[in-house]
Amino acid sequence: MNQVIISAATEGETNPLVPNVWEMGVVLVGFAVLMFIVVKFIVPMFEKTFAERAEAIEGGIAKAEKAQAEASAALEEYKQQLTDARAEANRIREEARAEGAQILADLKEKAAAESARITAQAHVQIESERQAAVVSLRSEVGTLATTLAGRIVGEALNDDERSARVVDRFLADLETQNAGAAK
Amino acid sequence: MHLPAILPWGAADGFSKQMLLVILSVVIIATFFLLAARKQQLVPGKLQFAGEMAYGFVRNSIAKDIIGGKDFMKYVPLLFSLFFFILVNNIYGAIPVLQLPSFSHVGGAYVLAGIVYITWIAIGIKKNGLKYFKLATVPSGVPVYILPLIIPIEIISNFLVRPVTHSLRLFATMLAGHLIVMIAGSGIEFLIMQENLLLKGTSVLVLVGAIAMYMLEALIMALQAYVFTLLTAIYIEGALHADSH
Repeated sequence: MNQVIISAATEGETNPLVPNVWEMGVVLVGFAVLMFIVVKFIVPMFEKTFAERAEAIEGGIAKAEKAQAEASAALEEYKQQLTDARAEANRIREEARAEGAQILADLKEKAAAESARITAQAHVQIESERQAAVVSLRSEVGTLATTLAGRIVGEALNDDERSARVVDRFLADLETQNAGAAK
Repeated sequence: MHLPAILPWGAADGFSKQMLLVILSVVIIATFFLLAARKQQLVPGKLQFAGEMAYGFVRNSIAKDIIGGKDFMKYVPLLFSLFFFILVNNIYGAIPVLQLPSFSHVGGAYVLAGIVYITWIAIGIKKNGLKYFKLATVPSGVPVYILPLIIPIEIISNFLVRPVTHSLRLFATMLAGHLIVMIAGSGIEFLIMQENLLLKGTSVLVLVGAIAMYMLEALIMALQAYVFTLLTAIYIEGALHADSH
């Protein structure tokens, strides 16, 4: 080694700034080969992994965001349904109340109608019974009058006073009967 | 200065150790990242995680932060290849048997800086047309009477000096680091061969210093790979947004 250095130094011809052309060639070719491998294989392979990794991370974030959005949408929907259900319940309650009132009113009306009908029927019945009474009364009054007349005639002039009383009473009866019939 | 070639053995020109290491670096990088990327899973294993860390470092900390916007992905392969190509070739200098950072030979650094130089000028022209050269050399908001002074400086600094510094920065740090470690190694060997016991003892001091330098070099190897890639990103960003600079 020492000898080499000494011999190189004693030669004194080699300038360190003057390149060896063959060495330049080897470096040029070597670097070109390396560049080729790097451009063709190494950089694409690493970039692919980097891109995949970034995508995996960003994909995860996107997925989480999607889940979040879905959850909030579901919550929104649930709230909406709850509001709807409440409104529905209110509506049904109102309807029931209205229906109840309607039913009550109907019943009242029906009851009123029924009572009116019953009253009317009673009136009719009473009227017909009165008619019947009047009719039977008439016939009875005839008989009574005849009987009375017979009695009066039978006991004729025995007692003027009594006959007068009988007539008075008869007339009074008749009057009351007439008044009842006229009613 | 250069080691003799492997094929033919000992010849001044031919297939050298440096060339072998450069080819090996391509194999190492391609194998590692292809294995790491082979079974791509959403939840990564250890190897895949390491690969993703390394890839994500260049992609996010360099390409995305510097170039930004939506078009940074186009330049990730170049920046990624540059970073790991330089990193692996530099780290060779810290591995005992290999012990040769490939870019301590200036040719490789010229090639990479040249590729970057052509790339950013092409991006600038594609983005802004030939007006790009005006945008890159005539700063806006400068008084007209200073322009004759500014324009030559801008031309020299942007189009002439930039690729040179870009390549030589990498080459010089690697060569210097390589030399320091080599010299320290040779120094230890020389001192330990001495008959005088005191002189023999001083080799321990050199050894301690050499280990410290070795650590520093390992740091610089990684740092230079980062710096080279970062500058590339800055140049590309400058070419992309020349109109707003």
